[in-house]
Amino acid sequence: MSEQVRKAVTGENSLENLADISFKKHSTKDIDSVLDQIDAVLEKNAEEFVKGFIQKGGQ
Amino acid sequence: MGLENEYGISSQKSTDPVTLSNRIVLAYARYVYPNKNIRWDYDLETPLHDERGFDLSRSEVHESLLTDEDQNIPNLVLPNGARFYVDHAHPEYSSPEVLSPLEIVKWDLAGEQIMKKACELDALINPEDKIRIFKNNVDNKGASYGTHENYIAKRSTDFNKLISGLTPHFISRQIYCGAGRIGIGQNSEVSGFQISQRADYIEAQVGLETTLRRPIINTRDEPHADPKTYRRLHVINGDANMSDFATLLKVGVTSIIIKMIEEDFLNAADIQIINPVEVIKNISHDIKLEQVYETTNLRKISAVDIQEWYLEKSIYFLEKRSSDEETDHVIELWQQTLNMLKNDKDSLKNKVDWIAKYELVNKYMDKNNIDFDNPLIKSLDFKYSEITSSDGIGQILKKNNLLSSFFSVAEVDDAVLNPPISTRAWLRGRVLSKYSESISAASWDSLIFDLDKDKPLVRISTANPLKGTKELTHDLIENSNTASELVDSIRERPETY
Repeated sequence: MSEQVRKAVTGENSLENLADISFKKHSTKDIDSVLDQIDAVLEKNAEEFVKGFIQKGGQ
Repeated sequence: MGLENEYGISSQKSTDPVTLSNRIVLAYARYVYPNKNIRWDYDLETPLHDERGFDLSRSEVHESLLTDEDQNIPNLVLPNGARFYVDHAHPEYSSPEVLSPLEIVKWDLAGEQIMKKACELDALINPEDKIRIFKNNVDNKGASYGTHENYIAKRSTDFNKLISGLTPHFISRQIYCGAGRIGIGQNSEVSGFQISQRADYIEAQVGLETTLRRPIINTRDEPHADPKTYRRLHVINGDANMSDFATLLKVGVTSIIIKMIEEDFLNAADIQIINPVEVIKNISHDIKLEQVYETTNLRKISAVDIQEWYLEKSIYFLEKRSSDEETDHVIELWQQTLNMLKNDKDSLKNKVDWIAKYELVNKYMDKNNIDFDNPLIKSLDFKYSEITSSDGIGQILKKNNLLSSFFSVAEVDDAVLNPPISTRAWLRGRVLSKYSESISAASWDSLIFDLDKDKPLVRISTANPLKGTKELTHDLIENSNTASELVDSIRERPETY
């Protein structure tokens, strides 16, 4: 990536190098650690929500 | 290149999606441009022009393809150079033109924030009918809406080589950029889980249409640039991704493959799959990635084999050229991803959307002892992609480092306000920030100034996507005191735009 593009993409502060986007930076956390959070946001009336999500076709 | 997203939309009172889409775009319009109505300039658009060299007549096509008729619907050009408007029955955000895959990710995320803000603004006007937005492609009841990638390619590239060179890639890349879907078939007739949102809606190999008989390769030839030099590849087969990694790999790998075809390096005769329109669905339905598919030269290869073939060619191609750091990185991630898809799929659960979604769904099925037909499980599919409230599951995963997220909130906010520096989007975005009150209309390749109500409008054509960059126009814009001064100084320097 050219220096110009890098600056455009990263701005000033973070993502200092592309290694941030690598397999080395593995999260050790598991999805189990957020299941309570997800439980809290699940639809109370899932059936109505699923039925009511009706879209028109697009491109 | 650029990325467009048509978002799913619903509200508390189940108001129709066209009304809702209009509401949020208008709410955002009043917020960004409180004193001015800036029109989209349709003069140069030709959506019925086919890459194969003929035009469809307006009377022959379905009205949904007539995208250049001003239907008096809100259509915004934003200070970050993007377009935000109502397309059919969906709010759509089209990112500004950028040069690199990481920029795509950043300005696509800006689109999510813009949708979110637009809904918050609408909620102030319509508090009793709050709007929700979903970054997905299906309602699981028959309707599909798109996430379209756009790549610019040299006009001289043989279109038949693009078809043969890209079809095997487009049917197989879903193994790392599929968003996952609960339900199989266009109307979810069969219960189960599949890799891609979009695969079941692909019905042709090549074609101009985008709303019916959707093709793997779309032939819309509307380069938004000098048509003698460039063609645009409008890719409609992809999914909307929550994972930044998935977006990066999707766009990064595809642009490397297009480059190989442009330079006439790729001969894909060896990996032409028989009946690709069926196979794109078969690959999507094979979550174990075990199936093999027959090639026209009677070999049997898997989706991973197809991707490994492209990877090998790409490495060889780039060895012979001066590559750049970002491209090298895409290659490395691609290679590691394919290895993991073969040996250890689970470890991609924080990078690949369909694997993340599948894990989540399995957790809930085990926990509650329910199956794919249960409404709770079906609702997870939609909730994964919800972006309007902070309780979208994809967003929860990202906040907790459980799904790939490359940019901070501050960086994405910066991309909401500012255009990318390395294309004409810079000029468009900065002019709209500084002189919106003197702009009457704008589009990808034009800016129309209304400088004096007694004089005709002034149209600046921005046909070259690689001009109008920060380097070329920053000083002109900053040093001007009025829009008239800017127009004069730009016109004196045709090399800048």
